[in-house]
Amino acid sequence: MGGRAEVKHCLFILSLFFCYATSAKTIHVGSSHPYKTVTAGLEAALAGDTVLVDAGHYKEKNLVINKRIFLIGINYPVLDGEKKYEIISIMADAVVVDGFKIIGSGISSLQDLSGIKIYDSKKVIVKNNILEDTFFGIYTQNGVDCTIENNRLISSSKGEQQNGNGIHCWKSEGMRIIGNQVTGHRDGIYLEFVTNSIIWRNTSIKNVRYGLHFMFSNDDTYVANVFSNNGSGVSVMFSQRIKMLSNYFEENWGDAAYGILLKEISDGYMEGNHFRKNTSAIYMEGANRILMKRNTFENNGWALKIQASCMDVVLEQNNFVGNTFDVGTNGSLVLNRFTNNYWDKYEGYDLDKDKIGDIPYRPVSMFSMIVEKYPTAMILFRTFITALLDKTEKILPSLTPENLKDTAPLMKKAF
Amino acid sequence: MTKIIKYVIADILRNRMVLVYTLFLLASSFTVFSLEDNSSKGLLSLLNIILIVVPLVSLIFSTIYVYNSAEFVELLVSQPLKRKSIWLSLFSGLAASLSIAFLIGAGIPLLIYQANMIGFTMIMVGIMLSIIFVSIALLATVNTRDKAKGIGVAVMLWLYFSLLFDGFVLFLLFQFADYPLEKPMIAVSALNPIDLSRILILLQLDVSAMMGYTGAVFKDFFGTSTGLIFSVTILFLWIALPVWFSTRQFNTKDL
Repeated sequence: MGGRAEVKHCLFILSLFFCYATSAKTIHVGSSHPYKTVTAGLEAALAGDTVLVDAGHYKEKNLVINKRIFLIGINYPVLDGEKKYEIISIMADAVVVDGFKIIGSGISSLQDLSGIKIYDSKKVIVKNNILEDTFFGIYTQNGVDCTIENNRLISSSKGEQQNGNGIHCWKSEGMRIIGNQVTGHRDGIYLEFVTNSIIWRNTSIKNVRYGLHFMFSNDDTYVANVFSNNGSGVSVMFSQRIKMLSNYFEENWGDAAYGILLKEISDGYMEGNHFRKNTSAIYMEGANRILMKRNTFENNGWALKIQASCMDVVLEQNNFVGNTFDVGTNGSLVLNRFTNNYWDKYEGYDLDKDKIGDIPYRPVSMFSMIVEKYPTAMILFRTFITALLDKTEKILPSLTPENLKDTAPLMKKAF
Repeated sequence: MTKIIKYVIADILRNRMVLVYTLFLLASSFTVFSLEDNSSKGLLSLLNIILIVVPLVSLIFSTIYVYNSAEFVELLVSQPLKRKSIWLSLFSGLAASLSIAFLIGAGIPLLIYQANMIGFTMIMVGIMLSIIFVSIALLATVNTRDKAKGIGVAVMLWLYFSLLFDGFVLFLLFQFADYPLEKPMIAVSALNPIDLSRILILLQLDVSAMMGYTGAVFKDFFGTSTGLIFSVTILFLWIALPVWFSTRQFNTKDL
């Protein structure tokens, strides 16, 4: 008896599915189809429909998607904002925008005009799009569980004011930002009040200001991204429980450019990142409880600038190779711990052959303290007299912080 | 004149001092490159050799050589030869042999291990420094008759250029820390050929650190072609001026 009722029940649900599935239409848009414009196609579509757009050049002003629609471009149809409009505004849940070439949005700092903007929506997917010369690229406000994947964003404007951020998320949650390429924007990826999100395999290169910039964004994970050649490197502030794994920070050159600037970051974890050829690879200010493990610092001006305001930062098993200065600091207070790192400038010995140096390594040189105070002294770098000063300081530390040392430096590279 | 130069070079080679110098450079360059696991550390050691050993050897060797060949110079002066050409051949002979010694001793290892802009700059700078300190040595010897005193002056000059001058600059930096000193520093660096050479190499070697604000001022100057022309001109002046002064004094010197 009960069994039969269940079967009936199941059939009912199945038939519901069928009705549902058959009710979803596919609408073609293009010069050879009844719907000539995307706007017309979107108007005709109901929630759950797919709108397929043929290749072509569409000047549609502002496309508003307020239904659950799959908007899919075939061979990258061009949506042109004519430098006046926001191009796609998404105002419904579970919308998909896939395969468009979006060019020339308007520029307005008042409205933050964007190529694609997601308003207060859940589970929106924006993927495989090419955005050229948009003010903001892909903008999310109040988004939940949205995916931004495999998009290519290129901006060619120069000034910071004429240029918005590539991928900009504000007050969002559970974002997945994966495999995007951002070039020439103000900030490559900008996150503010974004939580529980993953930023994976993006490349952010040659942006005007920061490659990655986030604030008040807790519990996010950054994996295998490349940030290189950005105007001021990467700057991250006021965030907690950030994980950064296997990212590349490269060639950020300039006095205020940092491989990564960590300001007021707490409970962070950084592992397997590569810092190469930055003026300052890491600059830390007010950073607390951060564990840095198995990172590579190579050919940087300063591998680490750690201000006295940092606390409980632990560095272990990192490789420091070919950096001009290993560590710079601004005070004598040290509440951080260095252990088991490999320093190529270490001159100690290992008598008991346990692969750990028998005498501690002091990564802060006298001269780096002098340069910190008197930057012009850089012109005397590598002179005989500064080498002498460094040597005497190594024997009798007076200016450099007594406690800033690696008590167990490795004799060979950590990995 | 070429005959005298040839004779001077032959005499220097017979001396074996230059040969030892060449072998020392060769041995130390190969050692620093093969001992260190990354070649940038080897470069740093070599940089120290270039900036400290090369000027020292050039200065002391040239001074001693000029004093030792005083009798030979007197003999030449008694011949129908211009004093100017005698002095210049002495200079050319010394400069040529020390440059060749450097080229073989440090140039070959550099070309083997670092055949790039850094290596090339180092070779150029090393040769320039060898010649500059020969010319400074000649100026020192022509002014002091006593051999011991002359060698003392040479040592003092080396100490001044490689240590005291930088100490003095450091002192100035501390004293005038409140003022923008970047541009004056460029002018000050022209007063010491060792400093100028060091900066030229640093711009290749520590380019990441040099991109900081102050460094960038230096890089914006020395890194451009104008800056390069400026520094090379200054280095040539460091060769030409002492030679010119010493020739003038040798012309009127009472031997």
